[in-house]
Amino acid sequence: MTSIDYSEKIPNNVNLAGDRTLQRALEQWQPNFISWWKDMGPEGSQSFDVYLRTAVSVDPSGWAHFDYVKMPEYRWGIFLTPAQQDRTIQFGEHKGQPAWQEVPGEHRANLRRIIVTQGDTEPASVEQQRHLGLTAPSLYDLRNLFQVNVEEGRHLWAMVYLLQRYFGRDGREEAEALLERRSGDEDNPRILGAFNERTPDWLSFFMFTYFTDRDGKFQLSALTESGFDPLARTTKFMLTEEAHHMFVGESGVSRVIQRTCAVMNQLKTDDPKTLRAAGVIDLETIQRYLNFHYAVTLDLFGADQSSNAAMFYSAGLKGRFEEGKRSDDHQLNGQSYKILGIEGGKLIEREVPMLNALNEVLRDDYIKDSVGGVGRWNKVIEKAGLPFRLSVPHKAFHRQIGTFAGNRVSPDGRLVSEEEWQKNQSNWLPTAEDRAFVASLMGRVAESGKFANWIAPPPMGINKQPIDFEYVRFN
Amino acid sequence: MSVHLEVIKQHLIDPEICIRCNTCEETCPIGAISHDGNNYVVDASICNLCMACVSPCPTGAIDNWRNVAKTEAYSVEEQFTWDELPKQTTLAVSAESAEAAANVEEGEGEAEGIEVDTVLGSTLPPWSAARPYVNLYTHKAPISATVVGNYRLTAETSESDVHHIVLDFGQMPFPVLEGQSIAILPPGSTPDGRVHHARQYSIASARDGERRGYNNLSLTVKRVTTDAKGEARSGVCSNYLCDLKKGDSVQVIGPFGSSFLMPNHPNSHLLMICTGTGSAPMRAMTEYRRRRRLKGATGKLMLFFGARTREELPYFGPLMNLPKDFIDVNLAYSRTPGQPKRYVQDLMRERAEDVAAMLRDDSTYIYVCGLKGMEEGVLQALADIANQSGQPWEPLWKKLKQFGRLHLETY
Repeated sequence: MTSIDYSEKIPNNVNLAGDRTLQRALEQWQPNFISWWKDMGPEGSQSFDVYLRTAVSVDPSGWAHFDYVKMPEYRWGIFLTPAQQDRTIQFGEHKGQPAWQEVPGEHRANLRRIIVTQGDTEPASVEQQRHLGLTAPSLYDLRNLFQVNVEEGRHLWAMVYLLQRYFGRDGREEAEALLERRSGDEDNPRILGAFNERTPDWLSFFMFTYFTDRDGKFQLSALTESGFDPLARTTKFMLTEEAHHMFVGESGVSRVIQRTCAVMNQLKTDDPKTLRAAGVIDLETIQRYLNFHYAVTLDLFGADQSSNAAMFYSAGLKGRFEEGKRSDDHQLNGQSYKILGIEGGKLIEREVPMLNALNEVLRDDYIKDSVGGVGRWNKVIEKAGLPFRLSVPHKAFHRQIGTFAGNRVSPDGRLVSEEEWQKNQSNWLPTAEDRAFVASLMGRVAESGKFANWIAPPPMGINKQPIDFEYVRFN
Repeated sequence: MSVHLEVIKQHLIDPEICIRCNTCEETCPIGAISHDGNNYVVDASICNLCMACVSPCPTGAIDNWRNVAKTEAYSVEEQFTWDELPKQTTLAVSAESAEAAANVEEGEGEAEGIEVDTVLGSTLPPWSAARPYVNLYTHKAPISATVVGNYRLTAETSESDVHHIVLDFGQMPFPVLEGQSIAILPPGSTPDGRVHHARQYSIASARDGERRGYNNLSLTVKRVTTDAKGEARSGVCSNYLCDLKKGDSVQVIGPFGSSFLMPNHPNSHLLMICTGTGSAPMRAMTEYRRRRRLKGATGKLMLFFGARTREELPYFGPLMNLPKDFIDVNLAYSRTPGQPKRYVQDLMRERAEDVAAMLRDDSTYIYVCGLKGMEEGVLQALADIANQSGQPWEPLWKKLKQFGRLHLETY
């Protein structure tokens, strides 16, 4: 059996060295994790020295420790935000009662399900991104990809810690299963649809980290409100790392746009063909990628009416985004929320009980946040003096889950016929040709300070390092 | 009264780079960061430049600073409207020089934040300093302390009402070092309904407690009754603290500060320069050294302490009782009737020979604490003394900063 030096190898603030049961569970799980990482982690990159940020403690000075690390030696730690003394449950039927430090028996199955679902997304995205290292547009981007990967790995550890520490044998079995499912595997796929999609190119990766990791921000934020204190504290610390993933996405797309605009101005054209010939991604294609990733991510929030969501909320398991900053009664009985539906061939708004619409409430919070970033991308185009503007499609566009599944809705929110959909699909969603073109641009650039032609350099380096810093050293 | 043009280093977030991830707001221990649908912003009246938000920021957008006149600091509302950061104006730089000319003991206001000057002073602690704990308790999860003592330090007849307040943390861990500070969350809210932000105070007791072996610490708090312009205004937190009774409960956050720390090697010398309640960290360091006076240790303590009158000088009695061979005490009074005004920098010049000898020794560590305006005058005095004694100030200053030997903390 592999023996682990707990304080060195697994930095933690959960007194791992003093918890024999947990040690034994981790000793069994850890070699399987490493073996999963070797099989499914970033392809062909196990021995690179990567300039990574590693958390070594939870105080502000301790969780941003930068150094060169070989990824398999990354210190995946177990960190919980420090306990808040006398924390109480902020919402639902147990509002005002002390937060639970152990799992309440009646909520055991639901809490386990919530944690497993969250935990399953973490290795899934590593699997989805495992080939991207081979086509990174710069060392800076390669390093960011690897940083995202190891942090997804740490988030898996965080969820596995909760399963092993609080859910006994079931928890240990679930922790094993997290390493057995595979993204896109027909027989044993990941739990959520978006995590079985491919991330074939870097534009998809940036869109994924912007849109889909932002879903992570909202799901984790809702869990930071949980009455189950260890879950709340674990997800709170995860959020601090999730921020980097969204940064990679937002700045990545922004740099793609910046480069395209520069070439548009240089060649004085907005013709996609000319731009493609010049080796940059035309704004129309970027819009189609945006449409796809946005719609797929909206589905991650679940059905627009959900009795599970109502039950999770009332039971105090999962709150709303920024629950503590809202001024209502935090019980929501008798309150209503407007959701979209279809009636008489048209999209209409209807009032439903708020408790049943909580997925929609979270989705709407997410939409507001997403739109903000798209506005910032538009500023880049605006600054370049070009008239094009990106936008998020209508909420009902290209949905596979909830009321709109099976209906055809245009990006501007019109219910359209199958015929019109087929006619326009290639204007609204990335085509095989689009994907082939984007893939054709993907060639690895591995010289310090150099960037692929289709993307602009970032405004500043990581941890104040220069742009041409050697972010990855190949050995 | 002289013109008081205070310049602050304002912390700003670059809206062009920020991705609105909320990490900074989550990390800020004193609630200085907030957001609307457009931007994340820092409230200049709350931010104490503790830097807790800087390293967790994934984008680097957080690390932006502008020198601005305090009265013209960019408001939160203004920052919400920005698409990009404003350029540094030259106005604040010239205002900074004007401020240097201001009288250091005029226009005393309530300390809302302690500023560690990382431009003029060191960013590193002395090499032998003990490792501090910081940000153990935040505004979202403060710690309760019990008042176990509240004594007036200055004469009843004096206008200046300075209190020595002792807080006990019971069984809760609250490890501190001399030179660190804590912040108090005053109860109640502002007239527009916002909860009061935290106010910071330097710790006045040694690391092992105001009473040795007890889990307590002391603060030196001056009751504020007028604002910087001399108009009547009651300080929110100082009045709250000065009126506390034994047994009352106080909400505390912190500890803060990781560079204004004392050297631990017994042969190091401390050159301490302070005014008014800026004496708190000096008292803490002196007390620590007094408790651990080691036979044969060669470390010297030299103190320059300014107040308006003898009656307004906190800790006058205990200070006078310290053995002369333990600490070299120099008191400067600026308002003694019939006497010329004397400031700390005047006294330093009078003792130039001894100060120069301390500057010559690599084991000397310098600490300055008091009102913001004193920094420039004190640094000028140090520069003159160094230059006149054949130690060119610029390279010496650089060395002092580089080796964690010059520490400035003002408010």
